[in-house]
Amino acid sequence: MLQYIVRRLLLTIPVLLGILVVTFLIARAIPGDPCRSALGERATDAACEAFNRRMGLDQPVPVQLAIYMRQILLEGDFGDSIRYSRPVSLLLIERLPVTLELGVSALLIAILVGIPAGILSAVRRNSKVDVAAMVGANIGVSMPVYWLGLMLAYVFSIYLKDTPLWLPPSGRLTAGVIATPFYRVWDLSIAPGTVGAQVADFLSNLVLFNSLITGQWNVFSDGIKHLILPTVALSTIPLAIIARITRSSMLDVLGAEYVRTARAKGLRERAVVLKHALRNALLPIITVVGLQTGTLFAGAVLTETIFSFSGVGRALFDAITGRDYPVIQAFTVVIAIGYVAINLIVDICYAFIDPRIKIE
Amino acid sequence: MTAKTKTKRSKAQTSGSHGKGKAPLLEVQNLKTYFYTDDGVLTAVDGVDFQVAEGEVFGLVGESGCGKSVTSLSIMRLVDPPGEIVDGRILLQGEDLLAKKLAEMTRVRGRQISMIFQQPKSSLNPVFTIAEQIIEVFKIHENISDEEAKASAIELLRRVGIPDPERKANAYPHELSGGQAQRVMIAMALALRPKLLIADEPTTALDATIQAQILDLMQDLRDATDTAVILITHDLGVIAELADRVAVMYAGKIVEESDTITLFDRPLHPYTQGLMGSIPVLGEAKERLEVIPGNVPSLINLKPGCRFASRCAARQEYGLEICERVEPDLIEMEAGHKVRCWLYQEYEGHTPPLRKGGGR
Amino acid sequence: MTVQDAAVPQTEVQDYRNNSLLFLTFRRLFRQRNAQVGMVILGFLVLVAIFAPALAPYDPDRSLIGIEPVEKRAGPCIHALGCPSDQPQHIMGVDGNVRDQYSRIIYGTRISLFIGFSTIGLAVVVGTLIGAVSGYVGGWVDNVIMRFMDVILAFPSFLLAIAIITVLGRGLQNALYAIAVVNIPVFARLVRSSVLSIKELEFVAASRSLGASPLRILFVRILPNAIPTLIVQATLSIGAAILEAAALSFLGLGAQPPLAEWGTMLGSERNQVFTSPHLVFFPGIAIMITVLAFNLLGDGFRDAMDPRLAQLTKR
Repeated sequence: MLQYIVRRLLLTIPVLLGILVVTFLIARAIPGDPCRSALGERATDAACEAFNRRMGLDQPVPVQLAIYMRQILLEGDFGDSIRYSRPVSLLLIERLPVTLELGVSALLIAILVGIPAGILSAVRRNSKVDVAAMVGANIGVSMPVYWLGLMLAYVFSIYLKDTPLWLPPSGRLTAGVIATPFYRVWDLSIAPGTVGAQVADFLSNLVLFNSLITGQWNVFSDGIKHLILPTVALSTIPLAIIARITRSSMLDVLGAEYVRTARAKGLRERAVVLKHALRNALLPIITVVGLQTGTLFAGAVLTETIFSFSGVGRALFDAITGRDYPVIQAFTVVIAIGYVAINLIVDICYAFIDPRIKIE
Repeated sequence: MTAKTKTKRSKAQTSGSHGKGKAPLLEVQNLKTYFYTDDGVLTAVDGVDFQVAEGEVFGLVGESGCGKSVTSLSIMRLVDPPGEIVDGRILLQGEDLLAKKLAEMTRVRGRQISMIFQQPKSSLNPVFTIAEQIIEVFKIHENISDEEAKASAIELLRRVGIPDPERKANAYPHELSGGQAQRVMIAMALALRPKLLIADEPTTALDATIQAQILDLMQDLRDATDTAVILITHDLGVIAELADRVAVMYAGKIVEESDTITLFDRPLHPYTQGLMGSIPVLGEAKERLEVIPGNVPSLINLKPGCRFASRCAARQEYGLEICERVEPDLIEMEAGHKVRCWLYQEYEGHTPPLRKGGGR
Repeated sequence: MTVQDAAVPQTEVQDYRNNSLLFLTFRRLFRQRNAQVGMVILGFLVLVAIFAPALAPYDPDRSLIGIEPVEKRAGPCIHALGCPSDQPQHIMGVDGNVRDQYSRIIYGTRISLFIGFSTIGLAVVVGTLIGAVSGYVGGWVDNVIMRFMDVILAFPSFLLAIAIITVLGRGLQNALYAIAVVNIPVFARLVRSSVLSIKELEFVAASRSLGASPLRILFVRILPNAIPTLIVQATLSIGAAILEAAALSFLGLGAQPPLAEWGTMLGSERNQVFTSPHLVFFPGIAIMITVLAFNLLGDGFRDAMDPRLAQLTKR
């Protein structure tokens, strides 16, 4: 199994290199002048020339590509954001944790609610529970995420104002609530500027994680409160899709001959469903869960916009519309790595679940 | 028409006759299993009665779609929706299985009645090893340690003729041949020495040479365990080899029932006669095998009268018109030999042309 | 031979026709509750789109300032529900430019249906051509085309659409192209696999040996077989396309104000959700119902064509 994982990891290297090249080229294909979108429409030609020289934009495209690849692969440097004049890596450290917490919690809800709902629907097919779940799922996939987000924000922060159910409509934390990074709480001395410091910053920007391990409960509960509405909005579509695929996959499997065998053995229905059927039904479910990460990311752009989260989705949207090449490149690469990682996880899950998938 | 003479028949015959006097192990009374489809109610099993004595091999024969498999699934109460047992009683040693709660029924399955199926490979769960699936039978019904269960499972595999059972126990179903898979199914079915084994087309999906091996294995195990068997097949050769008594089913009803030798010697029902004509007999030169013209009627919206009437050559030969009006009853022509046909039964104004006297 | 005798084979022929796959599919489709609901809603929406001028009480693009005494972003006023009858009726309220939202929603139906059909129509045509060529020619052509389709599929489609719009520029038309492009790979793959699966079948080989031209074989013999799956996928894709187009418009990349497009309406009033929720609520509901109709119909088609699933819907 370990060998399989290692080989699968090695196979992703050419894919990642390809992604680096393709994102570089796509970013360059987006028309418009990065100088003028950074310095303003009325920047002088001289200023722009200097700007382009500084950013390396005066070089021919293949040279730019070579420099870019060398920087990323050898120095781990994604360059500076044209718009914010800051290293892209800093931007990533700031924003990726926000999207990560949002995306992971949404995916968890989608899985933890969607799969049981789908199983229940399949087992009690054509019952009231089934009909209700499937009507709900149909509405769920048809709903605009941003609309649901706005309506939730309205209901929970305006309509339910002054009730215990009130939830904040925007932001990651209430203004004034400040999370102390864990390394400062624990008085760890980390040399600034090192990889270690970057990792520490990244981890401390995971609000829930940081406040949980350091016991900053007021921050933790504030963070949870701010996360609930965006998570619910973001998880709706994946939840509905996962519930549907679980149902149809379970229905397929429940009609299989080996399920009949399991019943013929005298196994109780619960064990038939949860042991014999579910494990076989999981393959398509896992595939769909893997695919949902794409949906989640698209949803993150919209959800982050509505709930004023400064995450990767919103940053990438701003970068694309603002022609911030280094940011587009770096964030696309991060997303692509996420994709590849999830595919890897999905493949490994396959191999664990189904012995017929040969580990070669 | 002569029955095939088989060396193995001698044993079967004796056990058949000794089973006669005892109370039946299984008694099926007026069993009706209907399927509620979009196109109407499909009367798959429509009033079936038969008895199986302890230690007896009871053959149930007929074309595909005649209801023999549904009959067997009804006994196990494994009919899937839209199918439903609508009437009848199934008495196992006097206890009505249809009156049992589902939880009680699961204690009967696998322990008192077990079942093997037509497609051995797809009847085994692809994601569990052979050993896991056999062990499960012990774990469900007996308080037994993992080690004991594993040892018993390997012993069973040895008995059903799996080579190198210690190693094969850890194999997955896709690593077995069809014949091996059926041996595993048999091992699983006989693990707890059930009183009754239902074998639904156990050899149909297997190669001819493997078929013979599996039949031999079943015969040997049956002799050793004295388990009663309901053998469901469309293959009269299999019936001749194994069965003590036979019921012939047509379109959801039993049309003829007798001990095996009598059935092969003097088939009464035109349908049975047709079946006999459609098997090749060694040493008898025939221009071509007889084929019963026409198809099994749709079991939805059946016309009144005998279900075989539209295909019946005898009806035309004798010019019977009652066949298309009234359904005949299953009447006993001689001790243990029942038939459902107007050639033999009297009715208001109808004189059966072949009353008393048996076959032609 | 008597007349009665002649009638017998005729009914048999009728029976066979009644049992054809297409007939069964449609019969199942009409029996499916999902599909029924989808068809009813869609029919209703099409009627609304056609008769929009008759149904809308106001001009959707014209401000009511100086025409009626209504305030900016006034909430719904429905006479039947107790709104004083001396006030003008606006059943979905008035928007930030003092336009009747109900009329805008009605006209928006036209735009959304147009978006759905045009984008997916384009994607189906282009995708079919690409997939058919790819599958029929095979070899390196197939390889190159399909790898390229894989690349498109590898990106989250919504982000890809955003990137394409950034290249092409904002606006409804470019948003339509972007959505069409990101939908092409699905249809290309579908048609390709369908072509591959029947390319080698006997009846195709037979027409080839009879000297039919490859193009004729492709269009007359092979492609019709892909139509059922294409219909299912297209119906489901239309719903997704409408949803995506609305999201692009919401972000300001698609349809631009003052066009009465639901996503644009929602986007331009989103900051007013806390004070005037009706301006967000109604466009969202309109989007949802439309997408729901296509999804229900698509699911119905799929189930109707899958005999395994049809088994389970019985009773």
